[in-house]
Amino acid sequence: MKQYAYYPGCSLESLGKSYHISAMEVSGALGVELKEIEDWNCCGATAYFPVDELLAYTLTARNLAKAEKTGLDFVAPCSACYKNAYFTNSYLQKDADLAEHINYALEADNLHVYGTSKVRHLIEVFINDVGLEEIKNKVSNPLKGLRVAPYYGCQILRPRKDHEDVENPQYFEGLLSTIGAEPIEYASKTRCCGGSLIVTNRKAALDMVRILLQDAVNHNADVIATTCPMCNVNLEVYQVQVNREFGTHYSIPVMYFTQLMGLALGIVPGHLGIGKEQVSGASMLAFAQNTKQERNL
Amino acid sequence: MSERIGVYVCHCGTNIAGIVDVADVSKWAGEKLADKGVVISRDYKFMCSSLGQELIQKDIKEQKLTRVVVAACSPHLHEKTFRNACKGADLNPYLCELVSIREQDSWVHTDKAAATAKAKAITSGGVARVIHHEALEPLRVPIHPATLVVGGGIAGIQAALEIADAGFRVYLVEREPSIGGHMAQFDKTFPTLDCSACILTPKMVDVGNHPNITLLTWSEVQKVDGYVGNFAVTIKKKPRYIKTEDCNGCGICWEKCPKKVVDNVFEAGMGNRKAVYVPFPQAVPKYPVIDDVNCTYYLKGTCKACEKFCPTNAIDFNQKAEEITVEVGNIILATGYDLFDARRIPQYGYGKLANVFTNLEFERICNAAGPTGGNIVLRDGKTAPKTVGIVHCVGSRDKNYNAYCSAICCMQSLKFAHLVRERTGAEVYNFYIDIRTPSKGYEEFYQRLLEEGTRFVRGKVAEVTNVARVPEEEGKLIIQVEDTLISKQRRIPVDMVILSSGMQARHDSKDVAKLFGISCSADDWYIERHPKLDPVATMTDGIYIAGCAQGPKDIPASVVQGAAAAARVLGKIQQKEISLEPIRATVNEEHCSGCRICNDLCPFNAILFHEETKVSEVNPALCQGCGTCVAACPAGAISGTGFSNEQILSQIDGLLLLNISHAAVPVDN
Repeated sequence: MKQYAYYPGCSLESLGKSYHISAMEVSGALGVELKEIEDWNCCGATAYFPVDELLAYTLTARNLAKAEKTGLDFVAPCSACYKNAYFTNSYLQKDADLAEHINYALEADNLHVYGTSKVRHLIEVFINDVGLEEIKNKVSNPLKGLRVAPYYGCQILRPRKDHEDVENPQYFEGLLSTIGAEPIEYASKTRCCGGSLIVTNRKAALDMVRILLQDAVNHNADVIATTCPMCNVNLEVYQVQVNREFGTHYSIPVMYFTQLMGLALGIVPGHLGIGKEQVSGASMLAFAQNTKQERNL
Repeated sequence: MSERIGVYVCHCGTNIAGIVDVADVSKWAGEKLADKGVVISRDYKFMCSSLGQELIQKDIKEQKLTRVVVAACSPHLHEKTFRNACKGADLNPYLCELVSIREQDSWVHTDKAAATAKAKAITSGGVARVIHHEALEPLRVPIHPATLVVGGGIAGIQAALEIADAGFRVYLVEREPSIGGHMAQFDKTFPTLDCSACILTPKMVDVGNHPNITLLTWSEVQKVDGYVGNFAVTIKKKPRYIKTEDCNGCGICWEKCPKKVVDNVFEAGMGNRKAVYVPFPQAVPKYPVIDDVNCTYYLKGTCKACEKFCPTNAIDFNQKAEEITVEVGNIILATGYDLFDARRIPQYGYGKLANVFTNLEFERICNAAGPTGGNIVLRDGKTAPKTVGIVHCVGSRDKNYNAYCSAICCMQSLKFAHLVRERTGAEVYNFYIDIRTPSKGYEEFYQRLLEEGTRFVRGKVAEVTNVARVPEEEGKLIIQVEDTLISKQRRIPVDMVILSSGMQARHDSKDVAKLFGISCSADDWYIERHPKLDPVATMTDGIYIAGCAQGPKDIPASVVQGAAAAARVLGKIQQKEISLEPIRATVNEEHCSGCRICNDLCPFNAILFHEETKVSEVNPALCQGCGTCVAACPAGAISGTGFSNEQILSQIDGLLLLNISHAAVPVDN
């Protein structure tokens, strides 16, 4: 069983709980062991970096230091955590002065960071390490006929590393096809969801969400799939407010990609956190294995 | 010591003398190198001047010099000058050695004492080497008066006509069924707006009718043997399936052919042709080609409609590819360019958003003979656009794609803007980084466009999208751009977007370069011998380049290069024979083991292998004296004239004569 130093990040303990649950379930089913980093702390999210860069890097570096000790790849399911960890890690390698400052601070915790971890996003671990072939072998319940809008968001694409094309990436589509779903091609898949803009400029943020929803709806998507708890919250929880603000009637479910993978792997919806959403994901239940079997009977 | 050597140290104004104590170097050489045979050593302000040369010549005569060492600039600049000076004084020119104390010394150091010491070492090396020089005689080879021109675009056409008009044979090879190149696809030409076909087709007809031009279309060069003056070129004539001696170009075959094929070449995918076709009505030659990939007969074994209706029985389904070999003295490569593939920038939407067009597609739309009959309409074929956005620098001036400027896109975009306004009255936006209009009449054309009311937005377009944010954007293509003149993000809804895709080297330019033994730049354009002073010659004698194959350029510049290459070739033909540098490699047959390592390494294909005797031989006319084989030969069987082991090892000994410690010669940054 392949092991990874798993960094869930704060969101996955609260709003993104179903992401955490489903990630664990799917990993188990695919023979991936996510070993949670002990005593991890917040990555600084999008808020801390503009306030104090050095402290923000230090915050992230502490998690990296702990991961380094295990010798395992650092894996984050949240795009913001992933991006912060990725850049901190690469700056640690390139900027000796920054590394010195950070390590001075980490001394207080008896830690030292070298920047030797490989920082990865969870989706990339499934696609590259498990492999689409292997996932396909394990799919017992292909999501035939489910039109999914793969929503990358922006932060997952900021580290320009393994992605063949940051303007028009295709790996999410590839994963969705592997689990039998039908990925839709739409222009907004890499556009920003607004991040934490909702806190400072509510109307502008809601408008950004509206544009994304509209594009998905225009392409007859049944569901939007995300790779990040923040994107998920913006697209899902704020749908009601978008409707109120703009007089629209959106009601499109938003699922973590792990939840859709879980369904395809035959895991029962309850174990994937399905049923806890704000915009009902009930339509997804029709694609769950047991429901299908019941219908067949 | 039997040789009598003269040493001449040049000041080059202050270029050398500013850093190197030239008087000291000269004095030192006269004293310390006397035992090597130096009988006279002088320094002089400009050794390359007539007076400097006369100084050397006078010494050769009066001092009975048998060897000359000039310590001055790089041999690239003045080796010829000093060799000729020696020749003028009846000393074999190859007994003169030019060592560089400028590029390799004064220009790259700041410590005067150390630079002077280094100049002494370099001079000493030259003296030690020149002792072992041999008197060499240049090879003389006759020049075949025929010329091969590869590529039938405007540059190749111009070159072919110039040479043919001067009375010499030209073989013009073109890969497509007709000559004409990209220019035949264009509608109007900037800045005069005259019709591209109207000025091109008379030249095409001239080529077709010229008694001195052998036109080989639908053909490709397979192999090039030989060397300057005496190339043997193998050309593959692809089967046309038409007996050209019988065909009269009446056009009945393509009229009757039931198979429509999207024309991705001439019509840029915007229109159709038949499976038997001429690419455009004014094609030269007039004979069609049967496209055996799409022809129903080749796919299913039946049809032959063309054969049935052909009034002259000119169809021949059994025609095979044919290889011919021609002998030529010189070759001009005018193989043109490829358009940058706009799909590589997905955020501009080409290929996904129907009404995003490339510049070449738009040329076809504008063209009266094109798929829309010259009506500027959207992809649906009927709706005229009310607003049009033209995006400059697509794939050019962008380090993610091509760093260089494609040179023609600004003017082409301005031309498009003018045509759109003239024919549709639509609002036109040009999105540019900088407007570059440097040639004759170009800036005036730009001013004219400004006065006509075309809008110009300075900023690199971020995205072309159909995802509307406000109701006014619904159903439009929205161009998202930072207008850098007002420092604002703008979203401009338009009906049609034209991407001014830049020029790229031909996809196979590297293969073609290898075939002809020339080199390509990092961007795959063919490299000229000198970027300023020898722009159409290459480092391989007898091979010339012209037009966009050398780099992006417009029609006037392509014509200039075609004519220039022709003039260079005519100059060579007039000489009837040429002398080749005698700096050559030779194989000592007794030492050659026949391992053939050198055979493939030679960049000039100059090494032959004799199967019977199992030894390699260097063709002296082909060899350029690069030394690759000399270094590679495991048996040490190959020696380079002018670069013998003896000469090089002596030079190293000479360089080491001075005990210069590292401390004395600091490495300057």
